[in-house]
Amino acid sequence: MSAEIGDYGIVGDCRSAALISRGGSCDWLCWPRFDSPSIFAAILDDEKGGRFLVAPAVPFHSSQEWLGETNVLVTRFTTAGASLTLTDFMPVQDDEDTRRFLLPEHELVRVLRCERGEVEVEIVFDPRPDYGRARPRIESLGKLGLRVPVRGGGLLTLLTDAALGVSGRARVRLRAGERLTFSLGFADEDAAVLPPPGSRCIEVLERTATVWRAWAARTLYDGPHRAEVVRSALLLKLLQYAPSGAIVAAPTTSLPERPGGELNWDYRFCWLRDAALTSRALFGLGHVEEAEHFTIWLLTATTLSLPRLNVLYDLFGRKPGFERVLPHLSGHGGARPVRIGNGARDQVQLDTYGEVIEAAAHVVRRGRTPDRSTAEMLIGFGLQIARGWHLPDAGIWEVRGAGSNFVHSRVLCWAGLQRLIELYEKRYLPRSAPIDVFVRERDRIHQQVETLGFSALLQSYTRTLGGADVDASLLLLPWYGYCKADSPRMLGTWRRIQERLGAGNGLLHRYIGPLTEGEGAFGICSFWAAEFLALGGGSLEEAEERFESLLRCATGLGLYGEEIDPVTLKPMGNFPQAYTHVGLINAALSLRERARRGAGDTERRPPPLEARE
Amino acid sequence: MNWPLCLLAGFAGTLVLTTLEAGAQQLHMTRMSIPFLLGTMLTPDRDRAKLYGLLAHLVNGQVFALFYVALFHATGGGGVVRGARVGLLHAAVLLLVVVPILPSIHPRMASLHQGPVGTRLIEPPGPLALHYGFTTPLMVVVSHAIFGAVVGGLFPFS
Repeated sequence: MSAEIGDYGIVGDCRSAALISRGGSCDWLCWPRFDSPSIFAAILDDEKGGRFLVAPAVPFHSSQEWLGETNVLVTRFTTAGASLTLTDFMPVQDDEDTRRFLLPEHELVRVLRCERGEVEVEIVFDPRPDYGRARPRIESLGKLGLRVPVRGGGLLTLLTDAALGVSGRARVRLRAGERLTFSLGFADEDAAVLPPPGSRCIEVLERTATVWRAWAARTLYDGPHRAEVVRSALLLKLLQYAPSGAIVAAPTTSLPERPGGELNWDYRFCWLRDAALTSRALFGLGHVEEAEHFTIWLLTATTLSLPRLNVLYDLFGRKPGFERVLPHLSGHGGARPVRIGNGARDQVQLDTYGEVIEAAAHVVRRGRTPDRSTAEMLIGFGLQIARGWHLPDAGIWEVRGAGSNFVHSRVLCWAGLQRLIELYEKRYLPRSAPIDVFVRERDRIHQQVETLGFSALLQSYTRTLGGADVDASLLLLPWYGYCKADSPRMLGTWRRIQERLGAGNGLLHRYIGPLTEGEGAFGICSFWAAEFLALGGGSLEEAEERFESLLRCATGLGLYGEEIDPVTLKPMGNFPQAYTHVGLINAALSLRERARRGAGDTERRPPPLEARE
Repeated sequence: MNWPLCLLAGFAGTLVLTTLEAGAQQLHMTRMSIPFLLGTMLTPDRDRAKLYGLLAHLVNGQVFALFYVALFHATGGGGVVRGARVGLLHAAVLLLVVVPILPSIHPRMASLHQGPVGTRLIEPPGPLALHYGFTTPLMVVVSHAIFGAVVGGLFPFS
């Protein structure tokens, strides 16, 4: 049976990722890209999905940890008479080593070492490409290892020093000091590269660990809980598709948001809704290269759909495929249907315009001047807001069906126009920009939100105009500079959100509605609350206390899913979720800033723009 | 001999051949990339190898075009059909003679007998280069026939 969601660790190479269970089974792997069909998908169907298991053949206890500040995963097994370590990673190397060493196009390396005693080890190599729809034949080429042709022209290769034949199953006896190495490769462009097992795997491990450690060391964060912040940064880096700069929301599809339920979606795409938050997180940690790469991808991707913005894009900035159901897969824990593609592709989400403009403003704050075409594109987004801000949309939570007038969407439209006005005033936009239109529409949005988006009865901003519900996304209003966190209206909103959406342990639901019944608390919303407090909605101590209680909801490896079960504190939904970790980083940055400035002096959000010289 | 035309024929033929091969590769019909195989003789850097390999491939095309033209001169003329036939012969020599000995001459290619050792890590092509995909021999035959047809077409007369 596949493991629980929280019992998985992740390894990756900024192109693809694999989930490895605490039981030593690689139950999810998509090659060549994050959004490619799976090679192993036991996490979605234990029987048909396929897996690559390396574990003791006798009962064992196990735990997982990282190899320091790297994306190398170590699983420790303890049996009655032996202990073993399984080290999993996808090789990455720096530019100099790239010139010296030829690596497979894609590779997963597994090293099993017996540390003590003697034990029989079970190996199951059962690839089921194309989401388990193919059951290919394993071929042996002797010293060239095992090979599995994959429909579509790819080739899966496995070289190992274990006695593994075409059945893909073996039992091997290991004594203290002995080890087994596995190099699972995938080639879909050129002739495969077949790395020999043995000491080469250890050399690649050292090079990979060095690269990750060097990257982690560049994280400019000296505040509290550095380990958790660096882990979140390492995850973001792992999920950033290196060839384009896109960051996938999560590397998985259809891990259920409701146990056994039908809220199962494909998250292997990049959403614009968190663009500004992601950009700020990367810039805030000093990972300027990654932040700029992401923002350039963002602006390039959105160019393809101008003047309209899509809700989400694939790794290359295209519209994702249509949503389809895979009826042959039983789903994680029986949660059907398993979906690929995403139906939100055709939705209208007005907040995305504000997100993209705000992300671009982050780049400007770092001293970059937008070129003429970027400036014109930003003006185009502004005009799109001016034309359409009053229309209903699907909102940040992509509610399916007829749209609604979401207050959060309105405020993001306000934020987009406000930022354009600031960019204009600081001379980053041409004088021909229709600034009077932006000012007029910004003020109209503000007036509407303050009159229809605030309930005197609730003493709170509301989820929709004229509505009587609240939404955790309202906590972002101060973040975008719409109002101050300690303003009476925001403090009232915070009280109402706590009252209606609080789930205990510092957790928040995103909103209460028919579709959210049975789902967990939302990870990123809970971190928004900690950040709201740090921005002045509460005291520094309150913010720290909430942040720390959220840190206790992470898995043993410091990972978060999209949601958290408020009772068991286990992750729910696609895993691990980049945006929850973005929330963690931003909350930590705001906490650090609050502590630096002193408890009474809160940070100005967003930071001011410098005038162009 | 009309040297400029000879060079143009070699360049045009190689360009068509390379485009066909790259297209087949991107359509996942084959994993055989001549630029990759040639370039990795010079460097283990995958990206540079493809660039160096492409340049070497273009030079090779010119050299082979000279052989083709020499053959046309010796046998009384070129033409599309005759060129395609020479291309077929070229493909046969490649698949039946060169491919089997490639592991012996490529410094970074593994062999079936020794497996991957040291820096010899690249998958060998196997009989008729079938290890690089079932349609690889077909692609080699078609692309070389077209190479010959282009060169022959530009040299219809001796």
